[in-house]
Amino acid sequence: MKIHHPVQLLLVGLMLASAWGLPFLTHAPNRLLTGTGIELAALLRGERLWLLVPVLPLLMAPFLTPLRKTGLAVAIAASLWLAGLTWLAGDEAARLAGGPDSLVRTSFGGGFWLLFILAGLQANDALRRLNGPGGRQTLAQLAVYGPVLWLLLSGRLEALSVLKEYANHRDSFDLALWRHLQLVGLTLLPACLLGSALGLLTFRQSRARGPVFTVLNIIQTIPSIALFGLLIGPLAALGKLFPASGLAGIGLPPALLALTLYGLLPMARGTLAGLQQMPEGVIEAARGMGLSPRQRLLRVELPIALPVMISGLRVTAVQAVGLAQLAALIGAGGFGAIMFQGLLGSALDLVLLGVIPVVVLAIAVDALFALLVSLLEVTPR
Amino acid sequence: MIEFSRVSKVFDGRKAVDELDLVIPQGELAVLIGTSGSGKSTTLKMINRLVEYDAGTLRFAGEDVRHFHPETLRRRMGYAIQSIGLFPHWTVEQNIATVPQLLHWPKPRIRDRVTELLELLHLEPGQYRGRFPHQLSGGQQQRVGVARALAADPDVLLMDEPFGALDPVTRAALQEELRRIHALSGKTIVLVTHDIDEALGLGQRIVLMEQGRIVQQGSPLELLTHPASDFVRDFVGRSDIGIKLLALDRVADRTRHDEAVGGEPIASSSTLREALSAFITRKVDRLPVVDEQGRPAGTLHFCDLLEAQA
Repeated sequence: MKIHHPVQLLLVGLMLASAWGLPFLTHAPNRLLTGTGIELAALLRGERLWLLVPVLPLLMAPFLTPLRKTGLAVAIAASLWLAGLTWLAGDEAARLAGGPDSLVRTSFGGGFWLLFILAGLQANDALRRLNGPGGRQTLAQLAVYGPVLWLLLSGRLEALSVLKEYANHRDSFDLALWRHLQLVGLTLLPACLLGSALGLLTFRQSRARGPVFTVLNIIQTIPSIALFGLLIGPLAALGKLFPASGLAGIGLPPALLALTLYGLLPMARGTLAGLQQMPEGVIEAARGMGLSPRQRLLRVELPIALPVMISGLRVTAVQAVGLAQLAALIGAGGFGAIMFQGLLGSALDLVLLGVIPVVVLAIAVDALFALLVSLLEVTPR
Repeated sequence: MIEFSRVSKVFDGRKAVDELDLVIPQGELAVLIGTSGSGKSTTLKMINRLVEYDAGTLRFAGEDVRHFHPETLRRRMGYAIQSIGLFPHWTVEQNIATVPQLLHWPKPRIRDRVTELLELLHLEPGQYRGRFPHQLSGGQQQRVGVARALAADPDVLLMDEPFGALDPVTRAALQEELRRIHALSGKTIVLVTHDIDEALGLGQRIVLMEQGRIVQQGSPLELLTHPASDFVRDFVGRSDIGIKLLALDRVADRTRHDEAVGGEPIASSSTLREALSAFITRKVDRLPVVDEQGRPAGTLHFCDLLEAQA
């Protein structure tokens, strides 16, 4: 047998190790006690053994000849395996759950998480080799998680502790989601405008390039918690000077300011790179034919730079999703609030409730922008 | 049409163009030639104010170019460059329509003009108007570049080494197109090159520049037969001046129309240089000549190549 995909081989090895070495679920009488682990092997009895069917193609994945068909087969198997793992966890949790007032907690164990991530990586790797147009590939990557999403929405996982936490905190969860989106959305607008303006400035004035990027780089190296802290003082003072402005040291405005500052670098870099990859002679030809500076910018430079600029915006957006998590520390809310509540209360499930949506959100935002870029590139350049 | 009088341009304390005097009359195809850094490109770019001159006066159509708004001036002059600079996100049609659109021509007129120009440059309009630049070969791209420069029927065509990046076969074809377009339209054309054969083949007036000054200007024949200095003699090719002289005349000029011989014929539109090559490779002293339609037109004798230059 010839090994065609060393990456898949590594993933398969890790999959086997985590299936045997780590508990698949943990079970505890209540949320305060540490749970006891449940092995995957102990769960696979009787009809549940059918869940192992998609594992076979996954085990074979490293040795399959690289074809469209085989890649697709591995991705579908991985998708089914992801759904099977999730269903198994939900089903077992439901079996272990007592009455409606029971305090029993069944949580995902380390084994589940690793198996889940590894299957996701196998699907990702298999789809990456399909060589389709970028947009279709992104959609396929997302479709892999379709069955899992369906399980989640159908309520079959409700007995799991993370979803119990969700049921308990539904109101604050919705609020956090809304606030998190608000933080990201309100960051993108000024970061996009200011960042592209800086990119344009450094393109036109190469002398400004050094100083501007030095400053932006320095901002990027300040730890986010420190920046949030640093902004408290000056903004609080400003708020006192102009009470009508609604500015304060904590809350939404300082968080947005910090997130915008972090967003400037990728956006400015993307704009500069987009403008610099302009084919030789384009600008000279545009000038020579009598386009005014404004017409040059709007009709020639920006349209040509747009795909690379959107890539910069993509980095800014994904970064903002992650950084917004910490904005909870200065009272700006978002999923960080749930996460810190969980950390302070040693409630691991609550932490997960604050973290998993952010991971999903980051992936979704990334995919959205990837899709956008590929759409722009489909129109011939 | 274009008059330089004592025009200078200084870059970083060095005179790129030094008190230049040059008159390019209406309808002339003038070639600016020189080594790199001789100031030929700078001279060209001063005409459409891509480079502003520091001293002297430069007149276009009798008026100082500084009295024009730069954009207005440039829209009256076609501009084609070596790197072509087609807009990659626009189709061939949109590219060619750039200046007419800036001048707010009505849509049907633009469309007709694009069709006309594509035909002029031998690009099948139905096939090429909707294509994007990256779908074209280098030669086709420069054809579009030339069409774009001609689009708004400009008074002057400025060309900065337009064929420099093309392979020899494509370059020769496009030079032929330019010669045809010039004969057809009678436009004033200023072309910059460093290729002496291109200059001798295309130019009515050749302006040889060095260090921002004109070393010699005149017809190709004058440059070859009366070089003003050793520099000019070296530049036009000291050892093969004779060959280059032959390249200035056509077979048709020396054909004896009342004779006929057998063998593989040569076209009457070929240069005498090509005829010389044919004599040598075929080891003959007489060649049958055919006209453009391929009909026999007479005979070219080897000894007639020596006939005194007119």
